[in-house]
Amino acid sequence: MTGIRFDGVSVAYGGNTVLDSLDLTVEPGEVMALLGPSGSGKTTALRAVAGFVRPASGRVFIGGRDVTALPPHRRGIGMVVQQYALFPHMRVADNVAFGLKAQKLVAKGEIAGRVAEALEMTGMAAYARRYPRELSGGQQQRVAIARALAIRPGVLLLDEPLSALDAQLRSGMLTELARLHRELPDVSILYVTHDQVEALTLADRIAVMDRARLRDCGTPQELYRRPRTEFTASFVGNANLLPVRVEPGYVSFGGTALAVATESVAVGASATLCVRPHLVGLGDGPNALRGRISEVQWRGSTHRLYVEVDGHAVKADVRELRETPALGDEVTLHFASEDAVLLSAGVGDG
Amino acid sequence: MASPTGPKVSGRPGRAGRLRSSRGLGPQALGARRLPTALWAVPPVLALSLVFLYPLFLVVKQSLTPDGSDGVSFAPYQDVFASAAFRDALWTTVWLAVGATVGCLVLGFVLALVIAFVPFPGGKAVARFIDVFLSFPSFLITLALLFIYGTVGMANGLWTDVTGAHSGPFQFLTTPWGVLLAEITYFTPFVMRPLLAAFSQLDTAQLEVASSLGARPGRIVRRVVLPEALPALAAGGSLVLVMCLNEFGIVLFTGAKGVTTLPMLVYSKAILESDYPAACVVAVVNIAISVGLYGLYRVVSRRVGA
Repeated sequence: MTGIRFDGVSVAYGGNTVLDSLDLTVEPGEVMALLGPSGSGKTTALRAVAGFVRPASGRVFIGGRDVTALPPHRRGIGMVVQQYALFPHMRVADNVAFGLKAQKLVAKGEIAGRVAEALEMTGMAAYARRYPRELSGGQQQRVAIARALAIRPGVLLLDEPLSALDAQLRSGMLTELARLHRELPDVSILYVTHDQVEALTLADRIAVMDRARLRDCGTPQELYRRPRTEFTASFVGNANLLPVRVEPGYVSFGGTALAVATESVAVGASATLCVRPHLVGLGDGPNALRGRISEVQWRGSTHRLYVEVDGHAVKADVRELRETPALGDEVTLHFASEDAVLLSAGVGDG
Repeated sequence: MASPTGPKVSGRPGRAGRLRSSRGLGPQALGARRLPTALWAVPPVLALSLVFLYPLFLVVKQSLTPDGSDGVSFAPYQDVFASAAFRDALWTTVWLAVGATVGCLVLGFVLALVIAFVPFPGGKAVARFIDVFLSFPSFLITLALLFIYGTVGMANGLWTDVTGAHSGPFQFLTTPWGVLLAEITYFTPFVMRPLLAAFSQLDTAQLEVASSLGARPGRIVRRVVLPEALPALAAGGSLVLVMCLNEFGIVLFTGAKGVTTLPMLVYSKAILESDYPAACVVAVVNIAISVGLYGLYRVVSRRVGA
């Protein structure tokens, strides 16, 4: 079993730091998603593992071995990129056999069997004689995954592998990737994406990146339910981020006192209260917030209400309403104390 | 009141009229275009015939009617084909052209690989210089080589200065190898240009994925880059082959003794010996080879998708 470790890895291009002191460990067999917006450094981190960028400082370890100075062809990794990068002049079977032949991993007579096995695993066995141009986007992606898996890598690097697919295909491929990982539990996967749904669906843990730095890391549930930073709260799922002042045993939002756990922040300090929109209810209850409807959106099974409270738009996702409130109507929202997270201003967001 | 004898106006225009009308052409334009459509081809055909086809016809005619009579004779062909000078010239032309083409392909491929995939300061300037180089006349390159490797050129001068010898070791420029070097030097950019264009289209992610799969640089070049570059290589190589077959200036400027190519033979037969029928026969053979190679190039280009 092979894991990955970033030990203070920094990458800079001409004085511009694109990855800043990354310390991160991907445990053997774990799926780690690097999640962040464009320019956050997530792809640079992946390319440092692959050997396509040389860190200005720090070390990269694969399976406990320092590979920082090792060329890409000696790292023994599988890689799938956004645009598939299949070799257009080779048939599907030759694409999949490429790594086996390059590394001389198996005897010539065994290559066909390994290719068939990889294609079978990705459901592409019937397309072995086709050229990439004769395949759809989803099929090409499956071939790219088969090509990466054929060499049986300890580490699989996936760089936005689904972003070139349409929404329906993406959903299907997510299920396929989850199945593949169940079938190959020994393979450690580093999955770069800017799509929170992909990260939440596939990853055992998510590393949230922003502006070249690691901002947060944890299981999807931890990051969603207990984010440590405002950036994580807003990037992983949707969130109401309300500016509050911490008082003894409660927080003050405008003129409203809200009963939430305040132990994490000093009394008198400014903080941000994070509440997920689907945990905000309509009507009277604990931590009531009165305001006026500024917008109503119908989203099929739910309604998204935007309620103006003390100059801030509070979002609430409620089950589809039989009678939708009109714009300007005064309504009351509420949320349970345990559903709110108090974030210290500036923690991890610097 | 409309005159009963006035012109009949059709209620609906025909299909052609509707199509033309829809493109903004009125009836007047329709009338103006009806007559001269075929005539548009006349000026270019006339010009082409006058400046190219007719002289070409005269060359072929001269090669078949040595004494100016109306009867066709293949005697000049028999005489020329039987002469050792022609066979030597044909062989020299072919091996020089093939050798130069192979040299250009190898050198051009390596240089284009370096310029396209190995980042170095000034790489873009070098790529632009390739474009400028294509506009240079061939004799300029030969002249430059004469300054460097000529009998009294820089290389021999340096040698004699350092060693005190009477003459330098670089005496190859007036041999077929000198012509070969000059042709490779001059024509290599003609291979590089389409190669650089092809390399700019190559998805670099393919190279990275190949590398991650364990392929060393040599294998990536052979198995990924080269197959993608084949159409460009075929196009550049064919162009260089045809140009080398017809090259005259380089051979003349090197002053290579005993290096007689088909164009040089045409020159010596026509200008020095005034043997026009023989010159025309050699010219016809040269044209046939060039056209044949061009046809082959078209076939190959279509097959490899250039």
